[in-house]
Formats: sequence, C-alpha cells, structure tokens
Amino acid sequence: MSNVGVIIAGAAETDEIGRLPNHSALGLHVEAARNAVADAGLAMKDIDGIATVSTPGPVQVAHALGIYPDWLDGTGIGGTSFLLHVRHAVAAIRAGYARTILITHGESGRSRVGAPPRRADPSSPLGQFEAPYGTLGPTTTFTIPALRYMKEYGLTHEQLASVPVAQRQWAAKNPRAMFRDIITIDDVLASRIVAYPFHLLECCLVTDGGGALVVTSADRAAGFPKPPVHVLGTGEASETPMISQMTDFTESQMFRRAGQRAFAEAGITTADVDHLMIYDAFAHVPIYGLEALGFVKKGEAGPFIADGNTEPGGSLPLNTNGGGLSYTHTGMYGMFAILEGVRQIRGEAAAQLDSADISVVLGNGGMFGSCGVLVLGKQPR
Amino acid sequence: MPVPTPETRPYWDGCATGELRIQRCVDCGKPYFYPRPICPSCGSGNVEWFTASGDATLYSYVINHRPAPGFEDEAPYAIAVVQLAEGPRMMASLVGVPATPEALVLDMPLRVTFEHRGDMALPVFTPAEEKR
Repeated sequence: MSNVGVIIAGAAETDEIGRLPNHSALGLHVEAARNAVADAGLAMKDIDGIATVSTPGPVQVAHALGIYPDWLDGTGIGGTSFLLHVRHAVAAIRAGYARTILITHGESGRSRVGAPPRRADPSSPLGQFEAPYGTLGPTTTFTIPALRYMKEYGLTHEQLASVPVAQRQWAAKNPRAMFRDIITIDDVLASRIVAYPFHLLECCLVTDGGGALVVTSADRAAGFPKPPVHVLGTGEASETPMISQMTDFTESQMFRRAGQRAFAEAGITTADVDHLMIYDAFAHVPIYGLEALGFVKKGEAGPFIADGNTEPGGSLPLNTNGGGLSYTHTGMYGMFAILEGVRQIRGEAAAQLDSADISVVLGNGGMFGSCGVLVLGKQPR
Repeated sequence: MPVPTPETRPYWDGCATGELRIQRCVDCGKPYFYPRPICPSCGSGNVEWFTASGDATLYSYVINHRPAPGFEDEAPYAIAVVQLAEGPRMMASLVGVPATPEALVLDMPLRVTFEHRGDMALPVFTPAEEKR
C-alpha cells in the first residue's frame, strides 16, 4: 500500500441544525452531501466512493444522490462511525479503490422523521441482560461508570459540572449553537437530575441535522477552493456492546488504544496538539478522553477542566463548537466533531483559534463501545 | 421481556428456579458473564455452567429519574452494575433499599434475589447482612 497523503477537501453541515421537523433523516444526508460536494468545488458525478452508517446505508444514500460508486463502507457502530469512515477512506484511496470519497451523516434525532426505531432486540445480549432493568437509552447506561470514577479518583460534582460550564463559553461565541447563554456550576447543579449523578445540563442535546465530508488524495490539494485539511493519523478500537461489561469503569481502554495509534501514525505527542474535540454525550466523557489520550494523568482531568484549561483562552481548547452539550447532538455526533476540527484548521470556525495547526478528534460510539481518533493538520507530515 | 437464545437458555432456566447460573472455562478456570460459547479470556470452547454464590458488591450505578416504559411507578430507581463474588460484573436492579445516594454506597455487599415477571424470573440484588 502506498503512503500517499490524504486530505479532507470538502466539509459542510446541513443549512440548519437543531429542530427540523420538515426534514427526514435521508433528506438531511442528501442536503449535507450536496453542501460538502459544493464546498469542494466538485459535482456529484466526481464521487466514486461513499461511506455512511448502516441505516439508511451507503446504497440508499448513493442512490438518492444519483450516483453509483465503486467503493462502499456501511460501518455503523454509533456516533464515532464517521471517524472510522475517514480512516477507511484513507486506506481505500491509498489502495487505489477510490479517488474521491463522500462521507455523509443525517439524523432526525429530535423530530424522528424517517428515523429507525430505537428499541434493542430483546434476544440480543443487550436486550436480555440490560434492557430488562429499566434502561432508557444512553442517559441511563453511558452514565453508569461515572460514580465509580468519582469514588476512585475523587472527582467532585462541581468538577463534573465544570465540563458543560467550560463548553458553554465556547458555544456563546457560536451563532449556530443551540444553547449560548453563559452558565455557572450552580446553574448546572440546580438543573434537574436526569440520572444521578447527572443533571440535565450534564447531558447532551437531542437535535436534528447532518454533515458530510469529501476525502481525496493530497496530490490534488491545489485544485480545491478551500485550504486542504491533511489526515495525518487515524486510529480505531472497540471495547464493549454493553456498559456493564466495560473493562474498567475508571478508564476507556479503547480511547487509549485508538489514540495511541493515531498519534503514532501522525508522529505527534500531546504537546503538538493545538485543538481538541472529544465526543461529549455526557459530561464525564471528555474527562475519560483527556486521560486516555495522555493530556493529563489519571484522576487529573476534572481539576484540569475546572481550572479553566479547556475554556477560551486556556492552554488546551476543547470542544470549541460548544460540543454535544451545547452545540448540537443528533444522536451520532461524531461528524460534527470532525467538522469543527476541519473548520479550525481551515481558519473558518465561529470561535476561531489564533493558531490551529494540529487538531485531534476523538469519537465515541455506543456506551464506551467503539472509538475513532483522527489527527488533522494544516500541513502534510 | 428478555427473549432467551440457545446460548442463554441455561441462565434463564436457572433464574426460574432461583439459581444464578453463570459460566466458567474448564481450561483456564475463569468465570465469565454474559453467556456465550467460548471463554473470553483464553478462547477455549471447553466451558461449563455453574451456580454462582449470589454474593456481590455494588460496583456503580445511576438513579434514573426518567422511567423507561413499564417503570413509571418505580421512578426514581437505581440501575446498577454489580460485581459478583466470582469476579464477573452484571447489570441489575437494587431492591429492598431506597434509591438514594445516601443508601447506595459503592462496594456495599449485596445478595441476589429473583423478581418474577410473567413466566420468567430476573436476578436483582438486595443489601446483604454483613458477614463474619
């Protein structure tokens, strides 16, 4: 396999995100795809590879777009799927299987228009061994490890609450963010308890929206209207289909493994990272991410965030679109994390950093189930 | 309601008779949960069922204030992960104890009991008398 460089040449969200009852999930895929292809200055006929999650799937999305690609990836493992699509697209381009790959996301997470049912199959392991205990989606399962972490490492309720407080400061700079009013730790702790120890403001939004990427080889970088975003390193890993079977409730071993692989491929260390996106379905996930990627030692991420290091003006800008907690969260948020990394590298983010040469994006799928990590750069390696 | 598969049927049959049956590897000796036909530690297919002690400790939990369908009368209720004395962890409800952070202390000793739902019985856990 050749080691040709790969870039993100097109990147866009749907025209609107938030509450979109007049858009189906498939319609959001199509709109995001058209926007991303236009952003790359291409026509739909230029696309020869497509990737999207298993529902609605690459066959349906390609057909809706009127294209007949020669490479397909239907990896559907939750919100991080799109990071894996990028990783797989890099491999496909290097192998010569495709030249210009479109990756799409569209989800009617809030309005549920043309959306698949949510219930677990009662004969699956999840349906047999977790669903009978009154679980109701990620709020009641993804959150379970947090109390164990709090006991082992002394994370306080106030430190956990500082995660949405920090991210809201970024969202306040972003007109597209759903929630933009500055909040305090007291506001978070006064919001209603959804699943103790999690308050409403420590849980992500539920929205409608979509996004898409066009990925191609770096030798074409000069031929696009926008500055290229180089994919410098990638990693993927799995851990568990059920939260009860997570190896250690105080750390995500899959975050660590995928991160190590991505950093090694890119030839970077944490000191090289200007900008960081960590999937934040709930307030504890960035804490697990910061520790697994090695930015801080175990047990230090809560104080690190509470001390302001990830806020505007801090040493490590984190979730600068406002994240799933304030910006948007369609259900499979990973595409939006990638798109914010792309915008920061291009210099077109709403809360643009002065310097963003290296952006790292960590995605989560399921309940600490699957992970993808991307290292994006302004320059090739 | 859970729908058993051939691999999980002995577990659910055990629950119906008041026994918590899990599996262990005959070759490496490690117990494991959830039911499946190979040992997740060493990959051996030489595995057997046994009846677990029913003793456990509280590993972690949430107290859910937004009930799932069918649980409206129980909210707020705990959704816990317990660590069996044999080592494996499993999700469970907690019964016979208030669903409050004060009453639910991590690592507290628990004991299995069974809740009947239709034709099936579901293992749940309740605070154990301190041993010794």
